Amino acid sequence: MDNKNISEDRKKYLRKIRINKITVLITQIFVLIAFIILWEVLAEAKVINSFITSSPSRILDTFMNIKSNNLMMHLWVTAYETIIGFLAGTILGIIIAIIIWWSEFLSKVLEPFLVVLNSLPKTALGPIIIIWVGAGTPAIIVMAIAISLIVTVLDISNGFVNTDKEKIKMAKSFNATKWQLLTKIVIPSNISTFINTLKVNIGLSLVGVITGEFLVSKAGLGYLIVYGGQVFQLDLVMTSVIILGILAAIMYQSVVILEKIILREKK
Amino acid sequence: MSENILSLKNITKIYQAKNGETKALDNINLDVKKGEFVSIIGPSGCGKSTLLSIIAGLEERNTGEVYLDGEEIEGISSEIGYMLQKDGLLEWRTIYKNVILGLEIRGIKTKENEEYVNNLLKKYHLYEFKDKYPTQLSGGMRQRAALIRTLAIKPKILLLDEAFSALDYQTRIMVTKDVYSILRQEGITALIVTHDISESISLSDRVVVLSRRPAKIKNIHEIKFDMENRTPINCRERPEFSKYFDLLWKELDING
Ligand SMILES: Nc1ncnc2c1ncn2[C@@H]1O[C@H](COP(=O)(O)OP(=O)(O)OP(=O)(O)O)[C@@H](O)[C@H]1O
Ligand SMILES: [Mg+2]
Repeated sequence: MDNKNISEDRKKYLRKIRINKITVLITQIFVLIAFIILWEVLAEAKVINSFITSSPSRILDTFMNIKSNNLMMHLWVTAYETIIGFLAGTILGIIIAIIIWWSEFLSKVLEPFLVVLNSLPKTALGPIIIIWVGAGTPAIIVMAIAISLIVTVLDISNGFVNTDKEKIKMAKSFNATKWQLLTKIVIPSNISTFINTLKVNIGLSLVGVITGEFLVSKAGLGYLIVYGGQVFQLDLVMTSVIILGILAAIMYQSVVILEKIILREKK
Repeated sequence: MSENILSLKNITKIYQAKNGETKALDNINLDVKKGEFVSIIGPSGCGKSTLLSIIAGLEERNTGEVYLDGEEIEGISSEIGYMLQKDGLLEWRTIYKNVILGLEIRGIKTKENEEYVNNLLKKYHLYEFKDKYPTQLSGGMRQRAALIRTLAIKPKILLLDEAFSALDYQTRIMVTKDVYSILRQEGITALIVTHDISESISLSDRVVVLSRRPAKIKNIHEIKFDMENRTPINCRERPEFSKYFDLLWKELDING
């Protein structure tokens, strides 16, 4: 609390924590670099077949030729589809969860359907979605929504139902309307549920988009991966996977930053 | 002075559940005078909380009527304040935002009412903490904030359901004293459910003893101390205190 007179022990403790953190980071970077070097060396020495494993230098080359192979365009398509799918799935899920919270009857009616839909592998719906909405961007976005929607509904409903009963009772004793209970108690109580849902949904939307791109096969990193696999251009496949990883990390980090902003606002 | 602010007539409550019926209250009749502090004690699970919930309008009753100031009330009344065991402070709101929650919900966040709340905060030593968050306050301060939130809507009668039992012993004694003096100063009638016999004696003018479930009124005891400026703390030293304690203890014991 009082920053001015930190004790010696406290200083030692803080230093220890910082050193520990730095050591972990350095080791992580080291492992990554060692892995890349090993990969490159083994590929150069022809211990592994770089035709099927690719190699860091070939991946770098592919990166450099980013213009000729249209990587940027494919990256943009995937990012765009993921963001739309993510937003639509999350917002729709929250709206459905609110409706379910509102009506106990509806919640009872929907429960078994939600449970079955939740355990159904949504990728199985791919061909149906393509027939219904056509093979294109809409089908891919619908796929992303299909994968994240049910989980969102279930998680948020669960959070809503588990809102502190005493707080609800307290608000009710002031004659709160259902809308007031929702906006003043239930939603603010569930901020962490929302943030967790966002984190999960980023990953799920990416899965949906990539699966959709596999099936639709027109554009996007998913398409590049499938295409590269078919023509045995492993450099392209590997490069796409790495870019996909970076995209996923950036999107996840954005949610983390959003979380920090929200939490700071609360304090 | 001796008019009844609250009258309960033939209140009966039977809970329905899949595995059967639970009769919680059996024909409860009780009159509470204006300004009076009445405690309700009884064996665990006998129906004390049920009775308060019915008065607060949060639970339906099967039979009977509730009168407030001579008028029959249905549902939730703005004249009745309700305090629970947990303070129910919302941790994402500042203390000030918390204490005006009732005004906000009821749509009466007027200048006058806000001024009234500010005065309460000043009077009861929370004004400097109005921009802090609940987690930054001690248990006793939080309970005081919860009380001010309830008082903000200017209730005539306050229902307290084990309102202090989540606090540690020391804090509890202090908060009980604070709440007692605040309610006395504001001239508010109180109906207090507790499982603590000492607390019931130290706080109240009358103690109602309920039977096991389904709760019936077993007995009502007048608590009188031959002293001036009675507080929940100084009355504990009087010889009458242990006399009352024994009496109530035996009455609960025979029951339970
Ligand atoms: N919503 C409900 N549905 C069914 N039964 C209930 C419900 N609420 C309470 N009961 C039952 O009614 C009885 C009285 O409950 P109540 O909470 O009023 O007791 P209490 O005297 O406040 O108990 P405690 O001393 O534990 O606080 C209990 O047997 C309880 O199980
Ligand atoms: Mg109870």
